[in-house]
Amino acid sequence: MHVTSKSARLAALSAVASATALLAGSGPAAAQGQLTVYCGVQEEWCRPMVDAFEKQTGIKVSMTRKSSGEIYAQVKAESANPKGDVWWGGTGDPHMQAAEEGLTEEYKSPKLSELNDWAVRQWEQSKGRAVGIYSGALGYGVNTKMLAQKGIPELKCWADLLNPKLKDEVQVADPNSSGTAYTMLATIVQIMGEDKGFDYLKALHKNVNQYTKSGAAPAKAASLGETTVGIAFLHDHVTMIVDGAPVKAVAPCEGTGYEIGSMSIIKGARNLDNAKKWYDWALTPEAQKLGAAAKSFQVPSNKATPVPKESPNLAEIKLINFDFAKYGSSAERKRLLAKWDAEVKNLPK
Amino acid sequence: MKRTTSARIDAAGLTIVAWAAFALAPWHWLDFSGAGPNWSTYPLGGAGSGLALALAPALGWSGEWWLLPILAPLALASAASLPGRDARVRAGLLIAAGALGLALTLGQGFAVGLRGWNAQWLAALFGAPGPRQEGMGLGGVTVLACFLFMLCRGLAGRGWCRGDAFVVTSIGTVVALILLFVFYPVGKILVSAVQDNDGVFAPYEFVAKFADRSIWGLDCVGGNLRCGVAWNTLLLGVLVGLGSTALGLAFALIATRSGFRAKGALRILSVLPIITPPFVIGLALILLFGRSGVVSTTLSAWFDIPPTRWIYGLPGVLIAQLLAFTPIAFLVLVGVVQGISPSLEEASQTLRADSWTTFRTITLPLMRPGLANAFLLGFVESLADFGNPLVLGGNFEVLSTKIFFAVVGAATDQGRAAVLSIVLLGFTLAAFWLQQVWLGKKVYTTVGGKGDSGLPTPLPRFVAWACYATALPWAAFTAAVYLLILVGGFVRSLGRDYTPTLNHYLTAFRIDSGASGLRFTGSAWDSFFATVQVAALAAPVTAAIGLLTAWLLTRESFSGKRAFEFGTLLSFAIPGTVVGVSYILAFNVPPFELTGTGLILVICFVFRNMPVGVRSGVATLSQIDKSLDEASLTLGARSFTTVRLVVLPLLRPAIVAALVYSFVRAMTAVSAVIFLVSAQYNMATTYIVGRVEAGEFGLAIAYSSALIVVMLVVILGIEAAVGQRRLGRREATPVAAVAGG
Repeated sequence: MHVTSKSARLAALSAVASATALLAGSGPAAAQGQLTVYCGVQEEWCRPMVDAFEKQTGIKVSMTRKSSGEIYAQVKAESANPKGDVWWGGTGDPHMQAAEEGLTEEYKSPKLSELNDWAVRQWEQSKGRAVGIYSGALGYGVNTKMLAQKGIPELKCWADLLNPKLKDEVQVADPNSSGTAYTMLATIVQIMGEDKGFDYLKALHKNVNQYTKSGAAPAKAASLGETTVGIAFLHDHVTMIVDGAPVKAVAPCEGTGYEIGSMSIIKGARNLDNAKKWYDWALTPEAQKLGAAAKSFQVPSNKATPVPKESPNLAEIKLINFDFAKYGSSAERKRLLAKWDAEVKNLPK
Repeated sequence: MKRTTSARIDAAGLTIVAWAAFALAPWHWLDFSGAGPNWSTYPLGGAGSGLALALAPALGWSGEWWLLPILAPLALASAASLPGRDARVRAGLLIAAGALGLALTLGQGFAVGLRGWNAQWLAALFGAPGPRQEGMGLGGVTVLACFLFMLCRGLAGRGWCRGDAFVVTSIGTVVALILLFVFYPVGKILVSAVQDNDGVFAPYEFVAKFADRSIWGLDCVGGNLRCGVAWNTLLLGVLVGLGSTALGLAFALIATRSGFRAKGALRILSVLPIITPPFVIGLALILLFGRSGVVSTTLSAWFDIPPTRWIYGLPGVLIAQLLAFTPIAFLVLVGVVQGISPSLEEASQTLRADSWTTFRTITLPLMRPGLANAFLLGFVESLADFGNPLVLGGNFEVLSTKIFFAVVGAATDQGRAAVLSIVLLGFTLAAFWLQQVWLGKKVYTTVGGKGDSGLPTPLPRFVAWACYATALPWAAFTAAVYLLILVGGFVRSLGRDYTPTLNHYLTAFRIDSGASGLRFTGSAWDSFFATVQVAALAAPVTAAIGLLTAWLLTRESFSGKRAFEFGTLLSFAIPGTVVGVSYILAFNVPPFELTGTGLILVICFVFRNMPVGVRSGVATLSQIDKSLDEASLTLGARSFTTVRLVVLPLLRPAIVAALVYSFVRAMTAVSAVIFLVSAQYNMATTYIVGRVEAGEFGLAIAYSSALIVVMLVVILGIEAAVGQRRLGRREATPVAAVAGG
């Protein structure tokens, strides 16, 4: 009956061996220490940011790329024993929510004075816990080929999307799953008032072919001709246009809302000093220039950063005075989403 | 007498290992990132051993007095190892040592946390914040394992499972692992179902969330409104289960019972979909059947059929899931069809039954366990699938996507995710129960020890044609989908711009040769290497645990077997997102702090994919006559030897299925690992998902194609290494050595 302990020992040995194999490779870090970054934008943008920061400071950066919502879920789940230091990028909503729940750290960067007003306002409204790093306006992309086929005149406004000829031709994400679509919901409510806004959304519902899960999916669908109109952030449409898609990006004439891509320091960060170094550096023009090089055409938050020429010009877009404090709070969000679910989503067409 | 001595040596061995681990090995988890562990203060300090830390406070040094009680079970174990004891007394001592040791070691681990006492009442009793400690490491885990083995040995000594220590230890280990890596994390998240978002107990909220109309609504029956997600999910699951079982059966019959020439090609085609990373099939379907897809535009140009969006919704998801899950049914069924004894069929024909009657009354009923398992897997897989509904679901919502967005969406609500998970779990439970009812207590054994040299009956003509008519068009369709995927990696933008380019592959897999040799500069290499490493570690472990469990389930009888069986199935039924979040909640803090390591990925894969090993093992084992095992045992072989020499060789199809499936799933799973990846251990799929999110389908498809090739090579390698099962049927070498040696 010696079998048991032998196999047990074997099992223990192999477990140890595999554990060592999995832990190996993380050698001693450089003297400058290290930093863990949760990156909420695209890989092409995250990677050069990390490389540039490492080159400049000698700090070893471990970067994980996830969507904004996933990072929020992870930061929340890890809050008893935080593993990340900085949460860089991604739409502002989850950052605001994390700030509200005290998952992130207050920090006042010396670079704050160099930033555009909207970026500072994000910092103020989050009580110093999140700062704006880029911004992008909401709008829709029109597949010009499909539009010509249908013989519909040029689209310019939110109201134009109610054209009966566009039945089943508009695509937008489900605000329950996508921050982009929630931004649109809040935008419409702020432009038209709550009652009229919901009337508009109910009318639009007849033209919506699909509420997608991901916020950027309508942009891709419009570029492929799967839908004539896709509602998403303008820079998402621009990326498709730069790629050669027959799409025109439209900033609606009634005015439109916008997102503020944000950055937060995670509460309980193990490398707090390095996190602050990243934070300050990420607000400088050199760091923010990397966005355009990575084909991300959002508007950077530092006034001195050159705005990429492909970017939708925020000065020409009628931006509403988006109340992030009100519409970013969980109570208001819950109420609006419940109302949208009840009154819009399940309407017969 | 010999038995007693070896039992003593065994106990002594375990005790020595436990003492050594307690006295010498670092008790806590060592942090190798950064500057590495601090050895200067050893045996005290962060890398200190359990014994030193336990004794230090008595000498006035800083230590961990709560480790001191662990000396008591160690002393009991030492007493059990002394020579000249009665076997019953020794077993009793071992049980006491094991149970007490487990209780004390786990108790201190959960009581003393990273920030002081973990429980309110402890803080109230002893004063806040209390002592702190890191998670358990080599020392702690080894001691824990030794206590577990002692307990099992002791129980065997008291006659459990006929006193077979191997069986008791196997059951004990599997149960402990399932408790730790399935029940503990999942329990942690399910608790949030009855809490509000601040963690306060709120049962009414649970009732309200559970009874929500968006889950159970039946509005689609009367009008053109939507039905609740629960009904959608159920409908989809049943359709996919039935469809994939039927298609899998057609493929399996063609592959084993027909003279079809291109069996090899059919096999590869039927296996391709499981080695396809998520999203890719959905993407390909859109590019074929979407409104501007190749097929739709062609139909519109030639026959003036206006392109529609029919693919978005139930039809699209159904097609994608059938493409993805038919191979699993095939893998399960092919082993079962092979295992059906030809002599029974020959007997039937000798009795003048025609081939259709034989097929209907002999072959088909004997395939029942396989059919039931294939259906169960298809159903459960469909329930848990998340990539295809995400891409193709349109307005057709299912539970898995709903759960994902309850966790990461704009309206984060962990409680809602937990409630939806409970609904999903309920469905799986029901399917499992129905399967048991259908199979009943019938016997499906056909591989016995008697010489069995019949020739498999060819299929009745009608059945053969039905198989061809089902399988061949499907195979052609699969081929078309894969052709498109292959092409997709080499053109600029699939669906819009078909200019050939190598750019996607270069971005992902560029290799530069510099001064320091080859440098892997492509953006995909990091995640590629990590993925292969994790998958290669997870596959054998999954297969081993899965098949061991299957063997226990079919061969041993012990109390609580049903519960045990369900426990092994549980992790499969829980949506990946929930598993991912629950793993963070459970394993980000001591006593088992694993997040950020590659180990947590391996563990996650092992316990998520174990059910496939179990199911295919059970399906195959229930065909193999127990008398083969018994013959081996009667001849004096131990149960371990029996497993190695008799059961394992007969299990080859199941081993292949388990190894292949777990390797492949480790490379293609996404929802569970999305929360568990770290900078160092990023997985291929999360990288691909990122590319899809960014709209870079070309790069995603290129990377996926590369993964498909790697997996294909690995699968062929596994099949070659494990080999075919030789059942001593007539076409094989006429050696009736079923037991293999």
